[in-house]
Amino acid sequence: MITPTHYMVLSAALFIIGVVGVMARRNIIIIFMSIELILNAVNINLVAFSAQLHDTVGQVFAIFVIAVAAAEAAVGLGIILAFYRNKETVNIDEMNLMRW
Amino acid sequence: MGEAIAFYTLSAFIIGFGVLVVSTKNTVHSVLFLVLNFLFVAALYVMLGAQFLAVIQILVYAGGIVVLYLFVVMLVNLKRPPESHHDPHRRTRLGLGLAAAVLVELVAIVAYGFAQPAAAPVAAAQSALPVSGNTEQVGWLLYTSYLIPFEIASMLLLVAMIGAIVLAKREL
Repeated sequence: MITPTHYMVLSAALFIIGVVGVMARRNIIIIFMSIELILNAVNINLVAFSAQLHDTVGQVFAIFVIAVAAAEAAVGLGIILAFYRNKETVNIDEMNLMRW
Repeated sequence: MGEAIAFYTLSAFIIGFGVLVVSTKNTVHSVLFLVLNFLFVAALYVMLGAQFLAVIQILVYAGGIVVLYLFVVMLVNLKRPPESHHDPHRRTRLGLGLAAAVLVELVAIVAYGFAQPAAAPVAAAQSALPVSGNTEQVGWLLYTSYLIPFEIASMLLLVAMIGAIVLAKREL
């Protein structure tokens, strides 16, 4: 029997993988993909509880999360391209234009 | 039994491809593993009875967002691997430590949830919708109770589109 706890554990594992990617990698494109993994973990939780409670509202909110993820990806990748055009790097250690 | 087999198989693929996304050196391979991860998450949605969301996941994520990532990876010259910088391991260890802290926090939350007495099962909250079928229910909710958030989401996407064009254009 698969309970919502199973889905929560899966979601937490995916979330942790995303957090490790954000924290440990230095390539900003990989960091953006890790953020997508984190948002997917949230969606799995929403849909699992939607199925458990027989309430479709969870899926509606998952659709909103996907819309926000699409907007975030478009703007973020635009920023990466603009930055790469100026600095020729995607390493976040070298992205210090606004420090101090 | 079949449900358990399907769940554990899909979970293994989701976790495995997630680890590969984060750990692969080649960024293009990382993006392709991300596509596979999204496809298996969509299969999980089908298992949960959210067919409409599964299709949206494949169309928007695997079809749209990931292609956007691939374009950027191809446009950006990654000949010089960003990781082979000066001493990358010090910060990597710090990042892994912080991620471990988040893991401890999540485990604490789950343990706390098990310690609490189980809440009374919520009665079928819904069942008031006049339509049946997954897609019909989602559409009904989107255009009745959640019409304002839906319109705000469309405005957000419009603003993001304009912002992406302004950012990526060389000169206006």
